[in-house]
Amino acid sequence: MKSTVAATRPLARVVAHGRRWVGREAVVGPALVLPAFLYVGLLVGFPFLYAIYLSLTDATTGNPYGAFVGLQNYVEIVQDRVFRQALRNTFVFTITAQVAVIVLANVLARALHATQRGRGVVLFLVLLPWVAPVSLATIGWLWILHARFSIVDWMLRQVGLLPPHANMFWLGRPDLAMASVIVVHVWRMLPFATVVLLAGLSSLPRDLLDQALVDGAGFWRRLAHVQLPLLLPILVVAVLFGTIFTFTDMAVVYVLTRGGPFESTQVLSSLAFFKGIVGGNLSVGASISLFLFPVLFVTAVLMLRLARRAEVA
Amino acid sequence: MRTQTAAPDVRARWGDGHGRPVHTGRRWRPLVRAAGRWSVLGAFAVFTALPFAWMLITAFKRNSDLYNPAHNPFWFNEPPTLEHLRYVFHNTMYAHWIANTAMVGVAVVILTLLLALPAGYSLSRFLGAWGGRLGISIFLVYLVPPTLLFIPLARVVSELGLQNTVWALIVVYPTITVPFATWLLMGFFKSIPRELEEQALVDGYSRLGAFLRVTLPLAVPGIVAVMIFSFTISAQEFVYALTFVTSTARKTVSVGVPADMVRGDIFDWGPLMASAFLASVPVAVLYYFVLDKFVSGFTTAGAIR
Repeated sequence: MKSTVAATRPLARVVAHGRRWVGREAVVGPALVLPAFLYVGLLVGFPFLYAIYLSLTDATTGNPYGAFVGLQNYVEIVQDRVFRQALRNTFVFTITAQVAVIVLANVLARALHATQRGRGVVLFLVLLPWVAPVSLATIGWLWILHARFSIVDWMLRQVGLLPPHANMFWLGRPDLAMASVIVVHVWRMLPFATVVLLAGLSSLPRDLLDQALVDGAGFWRRLAHVQLPLLLPILVVAVLFGTIFTFTDMAVVYVLTRGGPFESTQVLSSLAFFKGIVGGNLSVGASISLFLFPVLFVTAVLMLRLARRAEVA
Repeated sequence: MRTQTAAPDVRARWGDGHGRPVHTGRRWRPLVRAAGRWSVLGAFAVFTALPFAWMLITAFKRNSDLYNPAHNPFWFNEPPTLEHLRYVFHNTMYAHWIANTAMVGVAVVILTLLLALPAGYSLSRFLGAWGGRLGISIFLVYLVPPTLLFIPLARVVSELGLQNTVWALIVVYPTITVPFATWLLMGFFKSIPRELEEQALVDGYSRLGAFLRVTLPLAVPGIVAVMIFSFTISAQEFVYALTFVTSTARKTVSVGVPADMVRGDIFDWGPLMASAFLASVPVAVLYYFVLDKFVSGFTTAGAIR
């Protein structure tokens, strides 16, 4: 009997069955998450694996599949003088810029934190390097550092630090070009570190600070023994993200110097672009950009450990 | 607490009650401190805003004024001109680049919402402890930089037949926006009490009905933030746009201006600065409004509570 009833109304049964399934959270939950994870997983995971595969072949734009060559690309690039320069530059730029950013962001965040009136306007001006498109903002620097019409040179001439009609050629000399790239990186990352620190400062427990004040701790003591330890986790967040953004950035170098003069400002990402996309050497380009991965990986692991420690606490 | 710290200032200003100031030096201390603070802020603001100020001035300066080394660059030694703006809109592809940027931005916003809204909601409601874990794992994808993937993605894009079209960007940008949007929306949905939805279920709404009628309206600020965020990220992106699109007319503004505004080796600084300024300020203003949400997304990802 039962089966005949079911057989006569199969559609109703399927619908009822389906509705019960759809109502179940164990099904709905993953079903709603799946599209986003699939989309991102496919378009990030697959290219990543493909990058590894490309780096083991001799593929070029003209011959996109290439032949398997093992680790030959890696062996060749680590022996390449330009690559080693780019690797060194990437670390020098990232570390120098991050140290400067942390020091400056601390000063700036403190000044902003203590300010009530007019804070919105200053905050907007200070945030501009971060909220404006990086390539367009960097063109502003290209013009500021122009070989002949640099306004920095003009100001130096006005105060007598540069003889009349002389120029510094900021982007034309290796040492000054490196300094310029670092300054622009600092300029670009300063707002991000500042707002992260500002968020940290405003979340500091006031009673602890007041207690230190009542106990007669001076400015430096309060800074070293109360504020910095409390700010440390958020400082680490700012440094980790800042490191990733600077380490992998290509826009600043591309717009300012294209890696020149004489490869003195070349970084891994720009070198990968020039070899892999401009030069069409896909395999070598992919191998070079894969050198970014270890630093990313270590940073991500540090982030996760930090997250877990905060969860336990 | 505030009154306690304010007390010495008050005494310094009004004296100790016997007609004498408590400490003559103290009277000026708050003023000196404020002056010091404002000079610090001023110096930083000049540093951060300098390129934009110089863009703005350049955009309206005559070439004869601009390229005269004897002239003060910060001053209009000759009357300002609209010539550069006219040039930008009549003699370059600038209007195309703006239109392309807007189109990519809107499409990316739609795709991002379609993918991230259900995901963020589900992560916050259905998946328990796994929700948090999956949430942080997709957030970490946000940190995968374009410069790691642009070479293999260029191959993927060309296999899909999207090479040199804005569609390449529309397809690829959600890999940047969806992770962050999912993370943000998850946090937003978490802050909306479950009980509100359960009440709607008791009132006879379906799960979907409860979501649409109760939860979604409360999540509007988060959704708006995600829309602005996705739009500005698409407008800012440089590496993929530089790699995938080669025809001048199909470029977005962040690549068109630095790559195609230059004729041969000649930099036309007036039009260049005018176009850079015009495009960057609206993006900056939009982004500025959601920046606090962006930052709180980062700080919660570092799990600082």
